Amino acid sequence: MSDREMEEMKKLLKDTLPPVGDAELGHDLWPAMAQRLADRPLRVPWWDWVLLVGAAATILFFPGVIPALLYQL
Amino acid sequence: MELLERFAAGDVEAFESLFRQYQGEVYRWIMRIVRNRAAAEDLTIETFWRMYRAHARFDVAKGNCTGWLRRIATNAALDHLRRARPEVSLAEDPPAVTKPDLVDQSELRQSILGAMNRLSPRLRIAVILALVEEEPYDSIAEALGISVNAVKVRVFRGVRVLRKELSAAGVHP
Repeated sequence: MSDREMEEMKKLLKDTLPPVGDAELGHDLWPAMAQRLADRPLRVPWWDWVLLVGAAATILFFPGVIPALLYQL
Repeated sequence: MELLERFAAGDVEAFESLFRQYQGEVYRWIMRIVRNRAAAEDLTIETFWRMYRAHARFDVAKGNCTGWLRRIATNAALDHLRRARPEVSLAEDPPAVTKPDLVDQSELRQSILGAMNRLSPRLRIAVILALVEEEPYDSIAEALGISVNAVKVRVFRGVRVLRKELSAAGVHP
């Protein structure tokens, strides 16, 4: 495809879809954002809970791993 | 402590300051991609929600908040286009001001819009940002998380697909 063909396509697209690069936000979105933060507080993912329970169970049933874990820290 | 450091530590007031500082910029970027005011507002909030959830991963040392936000915003817009496809139309929210040289034949316009809407979202984003909005290729590359060459390839492939579709519809650009 030549540069000329690319330019022709560019012109066609710009004529059909005028750029919206300078679109202005009409109002402050913070109230909606604050509502979302209030509705959906950060949750610990379920996988993290599984890891936590697994680690606790390992330490409970195999206390011998504690020195090894401390060494890794 | 600086604003970005406080944000990275999970301070909501710092997050609010960043939100107020960048919401317009994020909205404009998303608007360029989805071209619909209501969707762009929703996606702006979604972008900041994702940013807030990932606050602990923000690299304060780099301090590139704009780049990070733009990347999140682009991913949110891409998800939106994938989810809503093919119902999402680029012509849902045309600008209020029209230029005299706009394509006035509605059939041709519909053919072009139809072809654009059938492009895969990742090609569509590259074509719109590069050819319609005339964003620099390095900005597009950063926002998409790919190389400049990869952006050029996507634009080239997108245009090739568009030309094929338009030729099939009897339009020869």
